[in-house]
Amino acid sequence: MPDAFDVLTTCVYCGCGCGLYLHVKDGLVCGSQPSRHHPVSRDNLCVKGWHIHESINHPDRLTTPLIRKNGALTPTTWEEALDFTAQQLGRIRDLHTGRAIGVLASAKCTNEENYLLQKFARTALATNNVDHCARL
Amino acid sequence: MAGLATTFGSGAMTNSINEIENAEVILVSGSNTTEAHPQVARRMLEAVDRGARLIVIDPRRTRLAECSHLHLALRPGTDIPLLNAMMRVLLDEGLADDLFIEMRTENFLALRDMLNRLDLAETAELTGVPLPLIRQAAQLYGRARKAVICYCLGVTQHVCGTENVQTIANLAMLAGHIEKEDTGVDPLRGQNNVQGACDMGALPNMLPSYQDVHNEDFREKFERGWGVKLPEAPGLTLVEMTHGGAQGSIRGMFIMGENPMLSDPTLSKVEETLRGLDFLAVSDIFLTETARLAQVVFPAACFAEKSGSFTNSERRVQMVRQAVPPPGECRADSEIIMELSRRLGYAMEYDSSGEVMEEIALLSPIYGGMHHDRLEQNWGLQWPCWDRNHPGTPFLHKYYFTRGRGHFMPANHTPPGELPGPEYPLLLMTGRIYHHYHTGTMTRKSERLTRECNQAVLQINPLDAKAQGLRQGETVRLVSRRGEITLAAGITDQVEPGMVYTTFHFAEAPINLLTNDAFDTGSRCPEYKVCAVRVEKIMDS
Ligand code: SF4
Repeated sequence: MPDAFDVLTTCVYCGCGCGLYLHVKDGLVCGSQPSRHHPVSRDNLCVKGWHIHESINHPDRLTTPLIRKNGALTPTTWEEALDFTAQQLGRIRDLHTGRAIGVLASAKCTNEENYLLQKFARTALATNNVDHCARL
Repeated sequence: MAGLATTFGSGAMTNSINEIENAEVILVSGSNTTEAHPQVARRMLEAVDRGARLIVIDPRRTRLAECSHLHLALRPGTDIPLLNAMMRVLLDEGLADDLFIEMRTENFLALRDMLNRLDLAETAELTGVPLPLIRQAAQLYGRARKAVICYCLGVTQHVCGTENVQTIANLAMLAGHIEKEDTGVDPLRGQNNVQGACDMGALPNMLPSYQDVHNEDFREKFERGWGVKLPEAPGLTLVEMTHGGAQGSIRGMFIMGENPMLSDPTLSKVEETLRGLDFLAVSDIFLTETARLAQVVFPAACFAEKSGSFTNSERRVQMVRQAVPPPGECRADSEIIMELSRRLGYAMEYDSSGEVMEEIALLSPIYGGMHHDRLEQNWGLQWPCWDRNHPGTPFLHKYYFTRGRGHFMPANHTPPGELPGPEYPLLLMTGRIYHHYHTGTMTRKSERLTRECNQAVLQINPLDAKAQGLRQGETVRLVSRRGEITLAAGITDQVEPGMVYTTFHFAEAPINLLTNDAFDTGSRCPEYKVCAVRVEKIMDS
């Protein structure tokens, strides 16, 4: 891969869905630019689209799984985080049925992720308690 | 969007965003479009440049209202009587589209009877908008050849949100302004992929593609596809869950990329629920207020670090492409879900998001022709897209409504759940601003966006500010029956006397501590747009 290139993608900040290019340099997203021919953006972005890269590289990004130990969230391994979560959700499901579990999907995640999450809720967790922020 | 689904059979924008610039009349209701949907506002203003008429229904003098030809500054919560009055004018002046009503709709007589019983003068009085202005708006809308109505959270976040939306649909059908290009009813979606999350069945009562959980045939189809028996009873909504479910029935939650601790009404109840859970896991890109309460937090990849698709307001399904690898140990949410599912005894194996989309296409008719290789070409596809050869659908309801005939649903005025009184004399409205996005989890991390605007401001009319002796920018206390917060006073005549306005982007001034959780009965939408408050000056001690 060359060390500077552009990737065409879709803006995540509102329902307009502008097409934009992310500028990638040395493995980091360092800027954005509207797509000229995209039917919504038509060579134009709003201020949120122009600054979209700033949240991607933010130092506050979470980078390791966390688990609560002695009251505080502490870094842990993926294995432990996943095992513990599955064990806890499984226990609630088996003890109280799926109706005791709630799942929230996200209007910020992709279609495919939302599809998988509701499938996960309805199959593995046996619950229809799945919703997202559409009403908010 | 329960309202549109019952009248038209589908709850999405009927037009494409670009069609808006060809409309002759644009009616905007309860949408602060310039701030919440910049590209849509741009089309509106382009239309105005070409001679279109812009009618704005909004209690505040928003930027768009300033550019409008008619601004109907109604009292908050009186949308239904205002629209009913407009419809009555259409009837009285022979501007109803009789042919359209005859051929394409049902239940018209119920609407006509309701409208004929209306006292026009009294109704106008209720809304606070002068009758001649209402008449003018109705005439403009009724006489146009191409007219669109755009609405947003301002309309749906009321006690009577569902009825509001149905009333908008009534107006469009009465005037025959639907089913054509550049003409229709367009709900603008708040967040980028709300449309997609709904389409994918992230809803307690719907399987993907709006296939009702109640319906045995639909359930059977998915049971065959997924190989397990599915629960029959519809689930709980977000607000029901975060308020603990019936008798605290919710014991554990898994939350992916949402921050209900900031976006939910009556926050203290949400916090109580989340703290009281046996188990909470959150997957997000930042340590949000919600994640802080969890037992397990998963570091998720953001949109630039994974691939898949989003669906915008105009039903356009388009690709999101990975630009960089996730930082540190972050993983895509899809991986996290698959790992958990496998551990819980239901293995899901997909090599790529494209493979997931193949399954979606198989089980969801409106996405039937959505395959990643097709989405990669051109600029995605607009649903419904029934099969591989279908070109997608720029505007809905051509020739017939999704549900067959359009159904008129007459609605009467429901007063807001909480009105100002002596103790809480002001009406509080909430909304969003241009530089930030929803709860600000992402946008507030942006240095430049934060520089533009980094403080919650309470908009208050000069008269009310004077009565309290407030200065511009002074920190004030805002109190409702449920709680209090402090924020800066922004004195402006954008809001009428008796009204204050603020946004919900800021964690240090969580406005939802104050708001009312009276529910809209139809779509279970929290009533955050109006509640009664008072403003207190903070005395120097
Ligand atoms: S660039 Fe602005 S208008 Fe376009 S999708 Fe992003 S937030 Fe919306």
